[in-house]
Amino acid sequence: MRRILLIIVTILTSLTFLGRLYYLQIYDSSFQIKSENNAIQVNYDYPQRGYIFDRNNKLIVSNQPSYDVMVVPNDIRDLDTLEFCKLLNIEKEDFENTLARAKIYSPRLPSVVIPQLNKSEYAYLAEKMAKFRGFYIQKRALRDYQTKNAANVLGYIAQVNQEKINSDSYYQTGDLIGIQGIEKQYEEVLRGVKGVRYLQKNRFNQVIGPYKDGIYDTVPERGHDITITIDAELQKYGEELMVNKRGGIVAIEPKTGEILALVSAPSYDPGLLVGRERSKNFNKLWYDTIAKPLFDRALQGEYPPGSPFKMLTGLISLQEGVISSSEIISCSGAYHYGGKRPLGCHHHPSPVSMGSAIAHSCNSYFCSIYRRTIESHVTPQEGMDTWHNHLSSFGLGDFLGYDLPIGRPGHIPDAEYYNRHYQYPKYRWFATTTISNAIGQGEIAMTPIQMANFTAAIANRGWYYKPHVIKRIHDVDTIPKEYTEKLYTTIDEKHFEAVIEGMESVYETGSIGLLKVPGLRIAGKTGTAENSTRIDGKRVQLTDHSLFVAFAPVEDPQIALAVIVENGYWGSRWAARIATLMIEKYVNGEVTRKDIEEYILNGSLEEEYEKPYSGQPFTINH
Amino acid sequence: MSSKLQKIAKYDWLLIALYIALIAIGWVNIYSASIEGDGGAIFDFQNIYGKQLVWIILSIPIIAFVLAIDSKFYERFASVIYVVSMLSLLGLFLFGTTISGQKAWYSFASFSIQPAEFTKATTALALAKFGSDLQTDLKTFRDQIRAFTIIFVPAVLILFQPDPGMAVLYIAFIFPLYREGLHFIYLFLGLFATVVFITTLLFGVVWVSLASLLIVGTIYFLQYKRKPRMGKYIIIFLSSVILAFSVNHIFENVFKQHHRDRFNIVLGHETDTKGIGYNTNQSEIAVGSGGFRGKGWLQGTQTKGKFVPEQHTDYIFSTVGEEWGFVGSAIVVLLFTILIIRIVFIAERQKSQFKRIYAYSVAAIFFFHYSVNIGMVIGIFPTVGIPLPFISYGGSSLWGFTILLFILIRLDGQRLEVT
Repeated sequence: MRRILLIIVTILTSLTFLGRLYYLQIYDSSFQIKSENNAIQVNYDYPQRGYIFDRNNKLIVSNQPSYDVMVVPNDIRDLDTLEFCKLLNIEKEDFENTLARAKIYSPRLPSVVIPQLNKSEYAYLAEKMAKFRGFYIQKRALRDYQTKNAANVLGYIAQVNQEKINSDSYYQTGDLIGIQGIEKQYEEVLRGVKGVRYLQKNRFNQVIGPYKDGIYDTVPERGHDITITIDAELQKYGEELMVNKRGGIVAIEPKTGEILALVSAPSYDPGLLVGRERSKNFNKLWYDTIAKPLFDRALQGEYPPGSPFKMLTGLISLQEGVISSSEIISCSGAYHYGGKRPLGCHHHPSPVSMGSAIAHSCNSYFCSIYRRTIESHVTPQEGMDTWHNHLSSFGLGDFLGYDLPIGRPGHIPDAEYYNRHYQYPKYRWFATTTISNAIGQGEIAMTPIQMANFTAAIANRGWYYKPHVIKRIHDVDTIPKEYTEKLYTTIDEKHFEAVIEGMESVYETGSIGLLKVPGLRIAGKTGTAENSTRIDGKRVQLTDHSLFVAFAPVEDPQIALAVIVENGYWGSRWAARIATLMIEKYVNGEVTRKDIEEYILNGSLEEEYEKPYSGQPFTINH
Repeated sequence: MSSKLQKIAKYDWLLIALYIALIAIGWVNIYSASIEGDGGAIFDFQNIYGKQLVWIILSIPIIAFVLAIDSKFYERFASVIYVVSMLSLLGLFLFGTTISGQKAWYSFASFSIQPAEFTKATTALALAKFGSDLQTDLKTFRDQIRAFTIIFVPAVLILFQPDPGMAVLYIAFIFPLYREGLHFIYLFLGLFATVVFITTLLFGVVWVSLASLLIVGTIYFLQYKRKPRMGKYIIIFLSSVILAFSVNHIFENVFKQHHRDRFNIVLGHETDTKGIGYNTNQSEIAVGSGGFRGKGWLQGTQTKGKFVPEQHTDYIFSTVGEEWGFVGSAIVVLLFTILIIRIVFIAERQKSQFKRIYAYSVAAIFFFHYSVNIGMVIGIFPTVGIPLPFISYGGSSLWGFTILLFILIRLDGQRLEVT
């Protein structure tokens, strides 16, 4: 024992060492990362974000340099907090909170202390920063808007959130990322690829040269510029027309599916969400829960379409062969379908055929043909599903698939919906039970972009492209394939003429004859949609929404659009006027109906919007 | 001529090969740990690696000198050499130069020498001389005290420099004494003292006293068949309490703050990575990031960034770990294991008790340096500042170990001659 004790102890010690070395060097791989964090400083070169041009190659979004004050908490030495706060013009308390958060995020990685200084602030701070160890200034590219419009389309960029950083290794804290609109949808196209420089540090955190002579470094790659389908002029005009109103305008070029204008009112200046005032401005917009400027009514607002839906009812009936375009149906001023009370119609010449029924918006006619459509099948279920499938082919009742990141599916009921609703087969339901669908009320809901899209499909006589805002990605020169594939509706081309004829005569014999633009054939349809809100838990009806869909010129459609003015009362009062102005502006390039233009520009519905919040009883629809 | 060849052939060439291998490994890693920027000439005396190369080359005449002296000289003059070396330690308190808080150096111009690196060899010689004396009987209490005195004199002198790492090294001499018949109980006492020592630093005097009362009491009352006399148990209890108190006293009053810090780190009292736990943390990162094959010579980011303090001296093994990986570290561990076992074998083949005790002392010293140093670098042992033999930077250390090893090679070369 005495002879071998030292040998045994030595061997045991060596085995322990080998075990520990195995653990450190092979089993536990975390040390590699720790050593990289330790010894390598990663510097990023942020590339220029791609510019955005409108369809006429007008530059609408470019970049401006911006400077973030960054901190690496571990590197802070001898910080004079008071002096620092004074220099940066920030509250000591805010600064300490920011610092604490940065420490929690990572003591070794950089965090933003003060985002988005402008050039003059940077010039002032640049030399003074050197004496505050642990702080430095990171240059980035911020957006510079050449327009005050289309904020809802363009979206905005802001600092990436922690969730995104965790899920996508490209992003570091403080990086900017597209949050909404095109900026979000085409983030990867626009952002480019940031360049990386690895620097070797010593333990005093001083850079002692490029890491491995820079073999891992990469050069930043500039983001792609993009051209969008929006017509900046038309967009601007649309937003001006919608001032002091709420609602949306969606204009589409029917033969391409390109979105010409996408107006949501009220809107805001996209420049508000840039720079140091960004979060203040954003909060202001975010907390305006009455006007909801951040709510994109054109994409997210779901409205009952009302009378414009009658074109679809008509087309389906023609396709199903339950009526011909020339057959006439008389209207007694109301539609009687066996219920307790008839569905009313308004005064107009009778009887009507397809064309004149649309021109006069005859409720009785469309209820009749809707009923025939559903009842032409053995069961109402089959009828309802057939009807639903026709509507689906117009892109209704589901997300449309356009290239903006938000939206709503709207609603088109099917048999299953009513079976559930009426607890079939305990209770049965019939065509007449769902008769309000015929005139676009009842269970139907659509977003403005869906309305504009079905109007485009009518303008094209039976097909459409998915609406989209991307026109060209520079240097790539292709756009996503789905926007170049023609989608056909289930309605044959031959059925459209009668309907379009009716829409055109809306401007001749219908409710808006006054709006006719000389020399321009416009097809349109007014709508009035009932709506309600809740005040103190009680359902209160509000003034109807004013709706209009139209396309022009009839013989070669260049624009199809839908306009919704919330609580604007009947369709011709606001929406038809706005739509007509938009059409004239786009097709003729100039508006001749200055009287109408002035009426709209000066018109305000703010008083109407105050009503539900006034606490007083109020009257509607006058 | 043939007699000269015979003489050379008698030297243990395995030890010499291990020596050369370790020195080469050492220099290569010192080069990496101390190079600045693109480096410079290898012989640049301004650079650490250049200086080390000079120390290595100067070892050759030292080796020649050590081998030239007859082995009988070492035995005969062991006591004189010991006394002279002790005087050199004492002289430090008068003429020594203070470097990083330790008065452990004699300075001549730009060049310093650390006597403590040489007293390991002189103490080994003195202990061997005393142990091999025909009059000495290590089973007697008187001779045990004498043996311990030989060991404790340099240890205490070094402790007050203060260099606790180098002082604690003298515990290694328990191994040769045990081999020569020292009672097994001393090994246990050493272990017992170590446990009380560390637990006192970890938990404080009060808890150690309470725990030892509990343990001793439990053992006493478990022996219900026949109650033994209480006295023995009280003595054990009291001695552990006294030891705990004196440890506490030494720790608080004898040790300087940086010694206390060094113990606190490894005992887990401090986990601040930028504070005093920084060394261990950084050296673990360096070793751990090496992976299986290492980052390659001169490619270690921890080494290049100088994240590990004292990396070219006490923490040199972290450079080995980072740049040569598991393969390189395992080779170094293996070389030391072979070195120590080989020396034990050499010790056992000696006919002379003097040579055997000396050889055992050498093995124990290498073992102690090897286990404490690497254990520290890879984070399983307290941070005790002692160098890794032949690999760490430093002239005194290199020469001290060279002399220690080559006296053994010289003694072993003459083992067949009549003593």
